[in-house]
Amino acid sequence: MDRDLERALREAAASPGDPDALRAAVAGRAEREGLLDVAYDELDSPLGTLVAAATPRGLVMLAYAEDDDDPLALVARRVSPRVLRAPGRLDPVRRELDAYFAGRLRRFETPVDWTPVRGFARRVLQRTAAIPFGRTATYAEVAAAAGSPRAHRAAGNALGANLIPIVVPCHRVLRSGGSLGGYTGGLDRKRLLLALERGED
Amino acid sequence: MAPPPFSTFLDAHAGEVRRFLVATVGPQEADDCAQETFIAALRAYPGLRDGSDLRAWVLTIARRKAIDAARAAARRPVPVAEPDPGPAPPAPAVGGAGLWRAVRGLPPRQRAAVALRYACDLTYADVGRAMGCSEEAARRSAFEGVRRLREVWDGS
Repeated sequence: MDRDLERALREAAASPGDPDALRAAVAGRAEREGLLDVAYDELDSPLGTLVAAATPRGLVMLAYAEDDDDPLALVARRVSPRVLRAPGRLDPVRRELDAYFAGRLRRFETPVDWTPVRGFARRVLQRTAAIPFGRTATYAEVAAAAGSPRAHRAAGNALGANLIPIVVPCHRVLRSGGSLGGYTGGLDRKRLLLALERGED
Repeated sequence: MAPPPFSTFLDAHAGEVRRFLVATVGPQEADDCAQETFIAALRAYPGLRDGSDLRAWVLTIARRKAIDAARAAARRPVPVAEPDPGPAPPAPAVGGAGLWRAVRGLPPRQRAAVALRYACDLTYADVGRAMGCSEEAARRSAFEGVRRLREVWDGS
């Protein structure tokens, strides 16, 4: 008798509801009440799925979804754990990335939130963000522009830890002598991005 | 260690929060209550202590929201004025919805304990954590609740 009652209780509560509706409702209210510290969404790109995350200040992370085990965990640690899927805030980034990959956009206008990066690393990345479309620089040049000509290794580390590849175009930084160096998303992607900017398919 | 991204936390616990709320406030109120629960959780989330038991924490919030919802419902005017018939004889609880309606007629602690134990499938230790009481007290509340339900349940 009690077994039957317990089973009936379990079955009666098994009403799944709509988790997507709950997620969307919570994200919408969070945005209105100023609680949405980090909004994220997944974006399709020729380089695979990207995970984009933005604070109210701007884009804070862009990650290759297949590579990173959990890019959102990184944002939760470095920025804020109040992370929710909210595609609306990522619309401008999505439009710019689509235009970039279609060859129609040469300069990203979307604001970047630099707060998680400090000091020399931030200066390196900001200098990198200023390298024009289709051009390249060396690690040593970027280090020098950031104020420490001999710190090309530290510049390499800062670029390797770039949270916003593509938009902060670390793929435009090469070794002196022209070899590729490294890349967050693997060298194949670096080659593809450089080819795209040279106008090759 | 920071807590996981809130989206991960929500996905992990939305199901049991909803089951708990369907059991304690009913399917109509459950969605609103789940939203209130997760907004309150989001507000407090960055201040969570390391190593917090996230499930017990969110179910504690859900339990409070369920109590709020029940109070609000009690304050709402009843549309038809009926003479108070006094304590009604327990009607037989037919089917799943009827069964949970009977659960909602239990005293608050028994109701919460039954919902956490049977709707969310928590161990009594976890029921205790979510209710802020001992495992023994949680077991007793659920046991009392089930005993009362047996009196009104017709077995269907």
